[in-house]
Amino acid sequence: MSSAVSLPVRLEKIVGADRVRVEAADLEEFAIDGQKPSVVLQPRSAEEIAEIVRMAASEKLALVACGCGSKLGIGMPPLRYDLALDMKGLMQIAHYDAGDLTLSVDAGKSLGALQWMLKEKGQFLPLDVPYFACATIGGTVASGIDSTLRQQYGTARDFLIGAEFIDGKGQVCKSGGRVVKNVTGYDLHKLLVGSLGTLAVITRLNFRTFPLPETCAGHLASFLDAESALNYRSTLLKTGLPFANLEVLGPEFSALAAGIFKATNQEVPDALSSNHWNVYAAYEGNESAVQRVTRELEKLAAAAEASRKEYLNQATNEHLGGFSSGSYGDLIYAATSMALFRIVLPEFTARNIAEILRPAGEHSLRAVFVLRACNVAYLAVLEESGGDPAMEALGRLAAEIFSTVAAMQGSATLLHGPRALKQSISVWGTKRVDFPLMQRVKQAFDPQNIFAPGRFVGGI
Amino acid sequence: MNSALIRKLKSLLGPANVLSQTEDLLLYEFDGSVEKARPEVVVFPHTTEHVSRIVKLAAKYQVPVVGRGAGTGLSGGALARGGGVMIVFARMNRILKIDLENRRAVVQPGVVNLDITRAVEHAGLYFAPDPSSQKSCTVGGNVAENSGGPHTLAYGLTTNHVAALELVLPGGEIVRIGSPHGDAPGYDLCGLFVGSEGTLALVTEITVKLSRKAEAVKTLLAIFDTVGDASQTVVEMTASGITPAACEMLDGWTLRAVEDYIHAGFPRDSAAVLLIEVEGLRETAESQAASIAEICQANHAREVRTARDESERDLLWKGRRNAFGALGRLAPSNYVLDGVIPRSKLPEALEQIHAIGKKHGFQIGNIFHAGDGNLHPIVLYDPRDTEQFKRAIAAAEEIIRMCVLLGGALTGEHGVGMEKNELMPLLFSDADFDLMRRLHDAFNPDSSLNPGKIFPLSKGCGEIRVRKSSQAPRIHA
Repeated sequence: MSSAVSLPVRLEKIVGADRVRVEAADLEEFAIDGQKPSVVLQPRSAEEIAEIVRMAASEKLALVACGCGSKLGIGMPPLRYDLALDMKGLMQIAHYDAGDLTLSVDAGKSLGALQWMLKEKGQFLPLDVPYFACATIGGTVASGIDSTLRQQYGTARDFLIGAEFIDGKGQVCKSGGRVVKNVTGYDLHKLLVGSLGTLAVITRLNFRTFPLPETCAGHLASFLDAESALNYRSTLLKTGLPFANLEVLGPEFSALAAGIFKATNQEVPDALSSNHWNVYAAYEGNESAVQRVTRELEKLAAAAEASRKEYLNQATNEHLGGFSSGSYGDLIYAATSMALFRIVLPEFTARNIAEILRPAGEHSLRAVFVLRACNVAYLAVLEESGGDPAMEALGRLAAEIFSTVAAMQGSATLLHGPRALKQSISVWGTKRVDFPLMQRVKQAFDPQNIFAPGRFVGGI
Repeated sequence: MNSALIRKLKSLLGPANVLSQTEDLLLYEFDGSVEKARPEVVVFPHTTEHVSRIVKLAAKYQVPVVGRGAGTGLSGGALARGGGVMIVFARMNRILKIDLENRRAVVQPGVVNLDITRAVEHAGLYFAPDPSSQKSCTVGGNVAENSGGPHTLAYGLTTNHVAALELVLPGGEIVRIGSPHGDAPGYDLCGLFVGSEGTLALVTEITVKLSRKAEAVKTLLAIFDTVGDASQTVVEMTASGITPAACEMLDGWTLRAVEDYIHAGFPRDSAAVLLIEVEGLRETAESQAASIAEICQANHAREVRTARDESERDLLWKGRRNAFGALGRLAPSNYVLDGVIPRSKLPEALEQIHAIGKKHGFQIGNIFHAGDGNLHPIVLYDPRDTEQFKRAIAAAEEIIRMCVLLGGALTGEHGVGMEKNELMPLLFSDADFDLMRRLHDAFNPDSSLNPGKIFPLSKGCGEIRVRKSSQAPRIHA
């Protein structure tokens, strides 16, 4: 330490005594895989964060910016963890112009509160992500978590138009702007999406907003096997019909949804209880467009010989959509030590899905599978009884899944899993050929390696 | 230029693929901008391996390298500001692979933008970025500049349609970034390299995403007596929940110039026309077109025309598509500016542009992507008249400053290049430059690749030296 004065006291000079916490319970709240910070502090401005980062850089203190903490389980625990920045002190709307479709918001603002405000102007951000109500906008972007609406709207990188952030030297930097079309300077904000806080502390994000659709609906079609479901999905993708979301729900995923619908006294769509493979299509627009899509889906499902087809009205569709986007949380709740993989393949066929599910069956574990839009699949592996699987079995299974996916030219990530499992494998999967370039990017942003060290791909 | 280097380039590529005579090089000192800078040698590689070896040779002889597609750029991005070797990708123009099922195409950088669409339209697909030069500009250039077009508001810029890239780094190293299918874990390197204006790496292969053509398109032309009414229409349209696929505006002076030449049917006494297009399902397009017509009427449109078929649609677009050509008749040259503002500031911006033009003695026409606030004021001038050229540059600078003051940015789709690099401090702080510079140096530490672009040369902290070949010709303009 460069000073005789203790760290918390020096931090108090920056953010004020009431914003520095060192009690055990506070540190526990910001633990990542059980690893706790030395101090938690809640800054209120970008300038305060810049000062904290300058201090951290000069003293080589590692810091992790945290939102509501719902996705801290993604990635590895930090190699060093001195300071936790509670970003919820930054929650202003800097600018919102509905006529311009532009929004500039502080990173600590909760997505739920933000959408509520946008809704008043008939707009929204197409980020349907787990822990939607409490998740902060900064954490959502930094985690790179998938939105179930990406089929239609893309990911955050597609509508993030600018950002303000603190670089590793403690400078307040920005890129992009507040206009929807802009190519001035390097698109540094795109690098922040999914960077898990390893490049900078995001303080403000600028988005292009979208009009809320007039209405929405959904449709479920059940099939006896994965192959028929995938064929049907492929047919739908070729129709050109605009789907907000298009998913193939494995039988276990449907069962989980049915169980949660039941437990919360929601009407359970019949198709979910069928133990079949379901194709879920959600769509939106004006009344006549929605009716037209429904009619076409009924026809297409009949032609594909679906064992069951079911129209979901707006309310039921919103429930199922909400379940799907929030299922990450439900799964973690259902079995705390389960393993959740995110798998991307060039192509999903019945054969390669069977390959991916095989290790779970061999270890007598339950595999919950859902194929999302854009060839992103989620696979949760849990104990049949809901209890904790044996770590050794889980480790072998994870290794098998990683190698199977790599052989298919895909990529797999362990999004959530017990700490012991994470330490026995590489949660980010096989190292990519462009990894050395990523290291250069990291070095440029954070030369002292103080931002969330070790949490990201390849130990970045 | 070092004759040994030229000899080695000729032995690598064959003499037909190396130009070093002054009369040949003259053709490559221009692009679509008002800037000028001459390369010392122009080379035409056929393969990625060629590109890598050219870059290594250039490094050995310590001369800079710049990549170039069709040279249609409007900010001087593909000009050899430091002299040296210009790599023209014209011979790397093959579409390598088309995957209709997964909607991807793998192309070489010299493929012409529209040729991708031509190759896949039979399957109902297309490549969404559509800069006005799409019949001649190349995908490599689009990637470097992150090009836009009239449909950006709905479909985004080039960066939204690129999945993976093959690059040659300034040391000659060949690397692949991104992921052809889906997104893989790690930093979004494509997000950084697309739009980096050739200052970080040369792009030698591009995996693009293909989009599905909409089932129905509705095109409307609305004629207004005041620019304010037309602008208000744009704002109300978006606020009402309609995102048009395209929304283009021509101001009164421009539409008269266009009408005299094209006879597109614009009333000569009107103040602005809006060309609006909506796409989607039949049901959606039809109801949105009806709503747009209502909004136009509510904002005192004199007339709203709706195209009933493809030929009527072409007629409505004719005036817009040929507008630059029409203006070309009025002066020996024109300077197409590219600024962007929040669209709610349109009326104010147009008034100011008019005033700035008057101050500098120009009548400035305006053709722009109103839907996303992307202005293209056009300054007509005679490049032979040095004093007039200086005034044109001064007017342009003042307009861009105004865009920034209104909350906008320096460039919406043309890039910074060497046109606006000195204006960058209007938007970016020393800290911003410091970080961008660190990123630049992480890949291009000696500024051997496309020197003198993006970063201001005059500013201490953000300064990037223009690495010049010892015998580089003087930079004009």
